[in-house]
Amino acid sequence: MKIAVASGKGGTGKTTLALAMAEAMAEGCTLLDCDVEEPNCHLFVDVEPWQELPVAVSIPEFTDNGDCDGCGRCVRACRFQALARLGKRVLVFPEMCHCCGGCVLACPHKVLREVPFDIGTLQFRHGPGFELISGVMNVGYAMAPPLIRQLKRHIPPEGLVIMDAPPGTACPMVTTVRNNDFVILVTEPTPFGLHDLKLAVATLQETNLPCGVIINRADEGVALIRDYCQEVKLPVLLEIPYQREIAESYSRGGSLLTVFPSLRVSFRTLLTTQIPALLQAEGRL
Amino acid sequence: MKVALTSRGNNLDAALDSRFGRAANFLLWDSASGAVEVLENTQNLNLAQGAGIQSAMRVVENGAKAVITGHCGPKAFRVLQEAGVKVYLTQAKDGHEAIRLFKAGELKEAAAADVEGHWT
Repeated sequence: MKIAVASGKGGTGKTTLALAMAEAMAEGCTLLDCDVEEPNCHLFVDVEPWQELPVAVSIPEFTDNGDCDGCGRCVRACRFQALARLGKRVLVFPEMCHCCGGCVLACPHKVLREVPFDIGTLQFRHGPGFELISGVMNVGYAMAPPLIRQLKRHIPPEGLVIMDAPPGTACPMVTTVRNNDFVILVTEPTPFGLHDLKLAVATLQETNLPCGVIINRADEGVALIRDYCQEVKLPVLLEIPYQREIAESYSRGGSLLTVFPSLRVSFRTLLTTQIPALLQAEGRL
Repeated sequence: MKVALTSRGNNLDAALDSRFGRAANFLLWDSASGAVEVLENTQNLNLAQGAGIQSAMRVVENGAKAVITGHCGPKAFRVLQEAGVKVYLTQAKDGHEAIRLFKAGELKEAAAADVEGHWT
């Protein structure tokens, strides 16, 4: 089963929860850090990677061999303004390119060809019980989806997979949650938390993905989220109390399970019983 | 020589647009005849990304050999540089003042972009 941990708002506790769930499930569980712009799961798994794989995308390269007649078909084919034609020359802006290959196909003179362009690495670590695979995007590159897609190709055929999604509801989040069996939305009981939770729920409705909510820092104002969830018939899976000790432990690279050992059982129940039951009730399993 | 000025309006009385890629209009001023041609930039103004690149291509294609604007980002600058178009940055308030400074040789040619992409 594949379960993504996502949230519209950043800083709600996705990584804390994804790590704690992977730790609670341990053997046979794989954690994917899909927050490739700012991966941080590995900070809590204090070992060096046993494997690192480079990830490249294909971008066009212009060959100035005199065959270009400046027709501009490549520039018109590009939806991302990644090319500039100057007379009978073409300039390429790799950071703008979405690697669709359209310009190469559009060029009748074969002066554009695809070449690899490094965008990041995949790091593999043996965590405490679980396996961790992190996508690490190169500084200066802004397009996360190609790296996330490469990362997801390493999902093992069996066992539980937990994906720590990038914050927000844009392409990196959608790329991460796509093809998961269930999405856990982490939120906090604040107006911001509620606002961005609504955005995330709307995004998941568009992609027809089942989801449930974990309310983190459940304290004053928790009714705000509970009422909304009840209203839109969204299951509240768990509430994590608001405690300073959790933040202190996190800041030292510690696990949520150290502060709340009882959550180990809660997470196991959630992942092995509660979520499968929800999926079954919806006829998805 | 044709010089492209970024403008908030469609004549030299209008304020100089401080942005290059997302300038409202380009005024193509002919230094020999003094004639001014208006190049609208509406399409590039509304692009999600790449406005600088496309605007640079537009002024190059229209024969400009120099650009006078407020600021220029890195991608637009690369296109203009590759095309051999000189870039002059100025805080001049309108087209007339920019041209006066240009004619007097008081505008210095920019050696590099002066702002990051997507500055506001």
